[in-house]
Amino acid sequence: MDAIVDFFRVYQTTIGVIGINALLALSVWVTLYAGQLTLGNAAFMAVGAYGAALLGMRVGVPFPVGLALGALLSAALALPLGLAVFRLRGVYLAIATIGFGEVVRVVLLTLPFTGKALGLNGIPPVTELWHIYLSLAAVAYVLWRVQGSTVGRAWAAIREDEIAAASQGIAVRRYKLAAFVAGAALAAWAGGLSAHLNFSIEPGDFGFTRAVQILVFAVVGGTPSVAGPIFGATLLTALPEVLRPLKEYRDIFAGLILMGVIIYLPRGLVTLAELRKTRRLQEIGAADVA
Amino acid sequence: MLLECDGISKRFGGVHAVADVDLSIEPGQVFGLIGPNGAGKTTLVNLISGHLRVDSGAIRFAAADVTRLAPHALTARGIARTFQGVRLFKGLTVLENVLVGRHARMRSDVVRRLWPRGASDRSDREKAGQLLERLGLSRPDALAGGLAYGDQRRLEIARALASEPRLLILDEPAAGMNAAESARLRELMRTLVAEGLTIVLIEHDVRLVMGTCDRVAVLNFGRKIAEGTPSEIQSSPVVREAYLGSEDVA
Repeated sequence: MDAIVDFFRVYQTTIGVIGINALLALSVWVTLYAGQLTLGNAAFMAVGAYGAALLGMRVGVPFPVGLALGALLSAALALPLGLAVFRLRGVYLAIATIGFGEVVRVVLLTLPFTGKALGLNGIPPVTELWHIYLSLAAVAYVLWRVQGSTVGRAWAAIREDEIAAASQGIAVRRYKLAAFVAGAALAAWAGGLSAHLNFSIEPGDFGFTRAVQILVFAVVGGTPSVAGPIFGATLLTALPEVLRPLKEYRDIFAGLILMGVIIYLPRGLVTLAELRKTRRLQEIGAADVA
Repeated sequence: MLLECDGISKRFGGVHAVADVDLSIEPGQVFGLIGPNGAGKTTLVNLISGHLRVDSGAIRFAAADVTRLAPHALTARGIARTFQGVRLFKGLTVLENVLVGRHARMRSDVVRRLWPRGASDRSDREKAGQLLERLGLSRPDALAGGLAYGDQRRLEIARALASEPRLLILDEPAAGMNAAESARLRELMRTLVAEGLTIVLIEHDVRLVMGTCDRVAVLNFGRKIAEGTPSEIQSSPVVREAYLGSEDVA
């Protein structure tokens, strides 16, 4: 019993970060499930992190309200952005959303009230582990239920064939936009939680590297199911801790594991159990994302 | 008239893919659309189904102007189609494909589903299952991409019928089918028409067109060059010329 308590005390931060990363991975999963490759979620995370932190510190808004307002603000930004960028597909869409991420980062560096390059310090560390894991449980449940709904099927249809989806009565643009806005709100929620977990934030935390990292969590875990991104985020966040005995070689091993998964399990770790089915999916060309 | 095209045109660069075409399709018939390769048949279908916008002209469906409507809105109004070369959702199961086909007829259940035993889509699944049975597809849980080609074609028809259309556009449905399969397809089309559906059939297989259609229009270089009953079309010198080239050089 004491061992368990000790474990939680020592790894409290890592456990918190795992939960937040899982939320972020789910935020990009929503758009990936609809077949859209977007890389704006680090920026939406920043909007949530700065929004929640500033509202809490400067305006004195209660923590949950700050989180919700950050998510709303992010969704409000995602809506016009989505209208503009969803004229694009595939790699063009990805690049356009990277551009948005850079804009947000530079805005955070210049605005007078965001602390510029120094960022914000002394954010009250009010995020508890149960906040993170309750959010994660709720989000995972909702997304799992959505998967089996008319909306989930419409997203899957758009992913498989946009033109055919439109002919089944699916308003393609609207559904893509819904996925994008939902993902943005979710990323902002995770951002708010992380700001109040980490005590300080700076624009560099939410750059391109972060955006790619979020995507990698989701893709390595696997996009066919909700469990995939959670699994991927957990593994990749815990990996540096697990590989600590390898000292300076640990990043090399982490990279090798990543490559192995992508090469041998292109649909993600969650497909490990259905490896044979994966091969068949590859044969029929259904394994491509975006 | 169920569907009326009034002088519709579509250009791609300098090419007149569809030029000033008039069509009037009465309900309860199979209307054939034939023509040599590149005659503009598929472009015309894409204009009717909303995947392309007309440059000029108007399209009316069930007496309403639908010229500028998007594909999904046209499906909701009762136009369904299949695609030349099959466009299934390959990574989804056979049953899921048909359920997506019902999208326009299903209420969104996303909010009700948040409760563990929220919405039941059993009646939709039953209807989808009946359609599969009707088209002779026996493996609802198989992945659509894994089906044999002929089965994929029939699944695409099942998916189109799932939206409960008034007008069904079939773009070369018999391509890749053997004689027995194409005979069954003809039978299916006749039964569907007897039930009140209207079908536009684009087809290369002249025997299938002549044996199934009530009326036939012939396109060549984007223009409608003839329209009539199958026997009128067969004996038309203009049509012969389009298909075989002119006999007498002027």
